[in-house]
Amino acid sequence: MTSFWSLWVIVLTTVTIVGVTWILFANRKRGPGVGEKTTGHVYDGIEEYDNPLPSWWFTMFVLTIIFGLGYLALYPGMGNFPGLLGWTEIEQHEREVAKAEEKYREVRDRYLAMSVEEIAHDPAVRKMGMRLFSNNCSTCHGSDAKGAYGFPNLTDDDWLYGGSPEAIKATLINGRQGAMPAWGAILGDQGVTETTAYVLSLSGRDVDAEVAAAGAKHFQTYCVACHGPEGKGNQALGAPNLTNGIWLYGGTEEQIAHTLRAGRNGKMPAHENLLSEDKIHILTAYVYGLSR
Amino acid sequence: MSELNAALEHPTYNYKVVRQFAIMTVVWGIVGMLVGVLIAAQLAWPQLNPGLEWLHFGRLRPLHTNAVIFAFGGCALFATSFYVVQRTCQTRLISDKLAAAVFWGWQLVIVAAAITLPLGLTTSKEYAELEWPIDILITVIWVLYAIVFFGTIAKRKVHHIYVANWFYGAFIIAVAILHILNSMEVPVSLTKSYSVYSGTVDAMVQWWYGHNAVGFFLTAGFLGMMYYFVPKQAERPVYSYRLSIVHFWALVAVYIWAGPHHLHYTALPDWAQSLGMVMSLILLAPSWGGMINGIMTLSGAWHKLRTDPILRFLVVSLSFYGMSTFEGPMMSIKTVNALSHYTDWTIGHVHSGALGWVAMISIGSMYHLIPILFNKERMYSVDLINVHFWMSTIGTVLYIASMWVNGIMQGLMWRAYNQDGTLTYSFVESVAASYPGYVVRVLGGGIFFAGMLVMAYNVYMTTRRDVAAQPVAAASAA
Repeated sequence: MTSFWSLWVIVLTTVTIVGVTWILFANRKRGPGVGEKTTGHVYDGIEEYDNPLPSWWFTMFVLTIIFGLGYLALYPGMGNFPGLLGWTEIEQHEREVAKAEEKYREVRDRYLAMSVEEIAHDPAVRKMGMRLFSNNCSTCHGSDAKGAYGFPNLTDDDWLYGGSPEAIKATLINGRQGAMPAWGAILGDQGVTETTAYVLSLSGRDVDAEVAAAGAKHFQTYCVACHGPEGKGNQALGAPNLTNGIWLYGGTEEQIAHTLRAGRNGKMPAHENLLSEDKIHILTAYVYGLSR
Repeated sequence: MSELNAALEHPTYNYKVVRQFAIMTVVWGIVGMLVGVLIAAQLAWPQLNPGLEWLHFGRLRPLHTNAVIFAFGGCALFATSFYVVQRTCQTRLISDKLAAAVFWGWQLVIVAAAITLPLGLTTSKEYAELEWPIDILITVIWVLYAIVFFGTIAKRKVHHIYVANWFYGAFIIAVAILHILNSMEVPVSLTKSYSVYSGTVDAMVQWWYGHNAVGFFLTAGFLGMMYYFVPKQAERPVYSYRLSIVHFWALVAVYIWAGPHHLHYTALPDWAQSLGMVMSLILLAPSWGGMINGIMTLSGAWHKLRTDPILRFLVVSLSFYGMSTFEGPMMSIKTVNALSHYTDWTIGHVHSGALGWVAMISIGSMYHLIPILFNKERMYSVDLINVHFWMSTIGTVLYIASMWVNGIMQGLMWRAYNQDGTLTYSFVESVAASYPGYVVRVLGGGIFFAGMLVMAYNVYMTTRRDVAAQPVAAASAA
């Protein structure tokens, strides 16, 4: 704040408080006793007594003004004047965070030194993990971690990007960007229908064998690069396994056709800047332990 | 109808516009509170958010706030200010045509709000959601209103200006400034605009406006109402003229500073937060000055509370006013705010003011006003006013008590930590724990709303010409 605006704030604040104090004291003078005399004005039959200000109210008013002046002396308020205590909001926040860091460091350091496999079934870690999960992950993955449409189930040991501690931790730290391209323009309506039939057949669903055979040709041309020749997927790319009957975006014929036609985009946000290293470690162990 | 209007014409004053606004106060009160009960139910039972986006909570909530504040509260302020300014200046409004333009213009604003908000057209500024064409319409109507009000004051036939008119005048001037400065926006199409402010400045302007919508629209305006209808209904002189001077000037000087307490512990600079808190605390005494002057006006007339339910409405509204103006400064203290902010406590606080103070003083004033406006000796049924009084009081108490419980519980749950440094509760657990409070709120709000239906029936029966004169004939005709 420039010194002009600082002065502006100080002057306006002072004028307001002094003005309010003045009008309070200017009307304090002892008038007639309670209910003795009206002002003499009459408005539509309404008269006004000229009763004195109630003394308890006057005192309360003065006390709030004194408190206000004291507060403005101790804390920032009068423009650039920092207050006698030198208090700032940021400093208070940093102090409290540092205190918490100090207090919880011991517990954290202990777990951070242990491997994910070691602590995955530690009851204390599972409790901490569950609370971290419900505050940070459950919005998408559900409080039971069983996922929802477009958000993977974390309890079924089926992994898009791998279920090793390292892979889970990498997912948490950096996030993931799933991208299934749209094939509608290339395959055409008939191509989408045929490929859908073939994809359905991969998980043992009943389909017209002739249509599926036509779809297999498309699959081997367009899909094989990510999903592999047998449709078992590729965790390095996040391409799902199409043979196990687990569907991120629904497994009905229409839903699969839509995925083929329009593509899909999945986003797991990166938590590197949102959660500290030890919390990510504990969350990794929690998620790891959900299916093992 | 014209025959009816002719029969109700007052030789000196323009009662027509007062009558129109008085009736619409009841109508918009019912509409606004019905939407309120619906969205309260949606919070308790989310299944009530149907597949239709027009009826979704996110769109109905601004409709509720706009309808109760600016439609219900606004019509009550227009009705009473036009009535009070004529009666206490002993002169007719300067222009019947302008007064009619204010009435029809304001109804147009309300209808435009009721159409655009459910359609999702919004500036997203709280209590100022209406898009720029409606903002301009509001400005025009407000200027006309100011011309009629101050023009009438200027040609008054009494020497002094009565205290009620000070408050109405401050409300009119302040709301004009607040509305114009907060609604500065750049239109990009007929239905979309962007605020000229950005970031923290936008938030500060928003809450400077938001808190003074409370301070000047919902407080100063209704204190004007209080200063006329309380002494009138109690038939007693106002308690203290000098108290009214002190608390008027202190109130208008200090209220305008209080906005930053809505932004404690945010990116708002420390100095602004401190000033917001200090001024909010100093505001306690000026606010209570109004309560004292109202309640103490009953000195020597306390016995009337036993027989007069209208006076009960007015006095209980002052009690709720005193309670919420104590609660407000307390919640503005940073350490208290750290617990109460973002919880249902805030919602409860607003409603102890909105239901307990604003709605109840308006209802009491309307019960005083409507028989006069329709040339009747009294309301059709005094018993029904009493029934309405108890429904309003019980409804308000249920509402605010449930929100206190919910708010303090949420604040405590959100800040609870475990030994290992993790949060004890997830957010959704605090939502689940709030369910009983939400149900009680629906109940309280529902009772308050039902009271408005009782009022509507009572008003309707009062306005029927033949009822008072020939109750027996009317009964047999019905």
